[in-house]
Amino acid sequence: MSLYFLCLILFCVGLYCVLRKRNIIKIIIGLVIIEYAVNLFFILIGYRTHGRAPILSEDQVIQNMVDPLPQAMVLTTIVIGLAVTVVLVSLAIRIYEKYGTFDITKIKRLKG
Amino acid sequence: MKTANIIPFFVIIPLASAFLITVFKNRPKNFSDFVVILATFSLLLLSLNSLQLLNSSKMIIYKIGGWLPPLGICLVVDGLAGFMLVTVNLTVFLVMVYAIRYMQLYTDKWKFHSLFMLMLAGMNGIIISGDLFNLYVFLEVASICAYALVAFGTEPEDLEAAFKYTIMGSLASLFILLGIGLIYCYVSTLNMADISFALSAKPNGALIGFVSVLFLAGFGLKAALVPFHAWLPDAHSSAPTPVSAVLSGVLIKTLGIYALSRVFFNILGISGNILLVLIVLGMLSMVAGAFLAIVQTDVKRMFAYSSISQIGYIIFAFGIGTPLAILGGLFHLFNHAIFKSLLFLNAGAIEYSTGRRDLRKLGGLGSKLPVTGATSLLGSMSISGIPPLSGFWSKLIIIIASVQAGYIGFAFIAVLVSIVTLAYYLKFQTFAFLGKVDETLTKIKEIPMTMKLSMVILAGICVVAGLMLVPLFRPILKSAADVLSSGTGYRYAVFEALK
Repeated sequence: MSLYFLCLILFCVGLYCVLRKRNIIKIIIGLVIIEYAVNLFFILIGYRTHGRAPILSEDQVIQNMVDPLPQAMVLTTIVIGLAVTVVLVSLAIRIYEKYGTFDITKIKRLKG
Repeated sequence: MKTANIIPFFVIIPLASAFLITVFKNRPKNFSDFVVILATFSLLLLSLNSLQLLNSSKMIIYKIGGWLPPLGICLVVDGLAGFMLVTVNLTVFLVMVYAIRYMQLYTDKWKFHSLFMLMLAGMNGIIISGDLFNLYVFLEVASICAYALVAFGTEPEDLEAAFKYTIMGSLASLFILLGIGLIYCYVSTLNMADISFALSAKPNGALIGFVSVLFLAGFGLKAALVPFHAWLPDAHSSAPTPVSAVLSGVLIKTLGIYALSRVFFNILGISGNILLVLIVLGMLSMVAGAFLAIVQTDVKRMFAYSSISQIGYIIFAFGIGTPLAILGGLFHLFNHAIFKSLLFLNAGAIEYSTGRRDLRKLGGLGSKLPVTGATSLLGSMSISGIPPLSGFWSKLIIIIASVQAGYIGFAFIAVLVSIVTLAYYLKFQTFAFLGKVDETLTKIKEIPMTMKLSMVILAGICVVAGLMLVPLFRPILKSAADVLSSGTGYRYAVFEALK
């Protein structure tokens, strides 16, 4: 149970970072932290105490195995997360070229 | 069973064309144009064909790899999905015809085409997906392409808008993902129909309430409902015009409204509280969007706020929850896809020939750009609900339904917002097309033929779309609305169709 709680705290840390930080790079890092918290949560869902890998072989009887589906999903979300991070970082580089700063309070040409 | 084989092509065709475009780039000349037009046109034909097939069977299911759902992944086309597929593919095809010439203002057109096709693959995927996690994957495919497309111009404003959009959008996706994780943890399945079965067997705990909140925040952010709308005006006004037309026209509807209604109506099962939340959010978006739109001077920004307001109408209609209201909401969704993309294309045509978007610096374009003027007049009248254009009928149905359901106060506000809508579209017409020609605007270039063509076709659809209510075409809307109003009956329909 405490693992789930720590996972929630990690999520909140990331959320705080996205909402409160002014530096673009820190915001990106915050987003990545949230994503890892969610990934961790998925792994925890599938985890069974003393469970083992669910590989079927002839001479073994597996009593207790971890759920493989969340792991497959986490692989997908890691790839998606990578794509989002790439987009964000390349945007950050271009923004720095144009505005000369990473401070979001100084990047505000759009209004209304 | 053979008919089901057309379903995967809704994803395969755009994915394959995105791949082809990336491989061949622009050799031979205009190769990417050719591929894109061919692909979107065949998708339009396919989606019309799927509507035809839905006449005989209520639901078509494709089982990937032959595995039966709950175990395997399935793609489902029912009345609602068929209706959405037609809306999306029709709009995208016309916008791509427009983009042939318009995108010559930008470099690297093939990159635009390839990203656009990926986005289309994502949107079609969301609509046909019968599996909650697949829905998330397609949603991310569409979103990531949308982030990149908003920044396509690489001007400082574009980058700023794209950054905002990416942060908000990925936060929304993560909320949705967390919700999916919690649901999986509760019912141990991801197939939509199976989730619905498993939930009905369990007591309605606090977990479902929490998941509902997560989904509401996630899909609400994607649909730009009012407390979550801050990214939309920036993103939709900074993007290149064909992108804003598709973003405002169909993307926020498939990612936001379609996914939201599918999850809440068909999977979780709708309850009175959620309906009330939808009504309140719809009302807020409707009113705030309209009043923010009226003060704008940038054409595309005004249209973007107007999108928020019209999305409010659709969500409000879904919130009323009676079959008539849902039918009105879906009809308004179709109409909004058509006239909002038309208006964005008009704004693009003005920008193409004059290079400006500020209403105060325009004027008298009616004589210079007759086609743009006439089509935008039709679009504006349609969106403000002037009879006999399409927007009038859909708003009328929504208002009648809300009076029938006893929400007379809300119906009154909806009428008032419609008048405000008329006010700001009149402002757009007066500033852009009437009055004296600005001296700096006497020598402007005429817009190319293909751009005119797609605007005229869209305006034509605006005029005749009211015919969707006559008995001949009504089954299309009716079968789409039935899927939502049958609620969790979706699960029986899926397992019925699997036998």
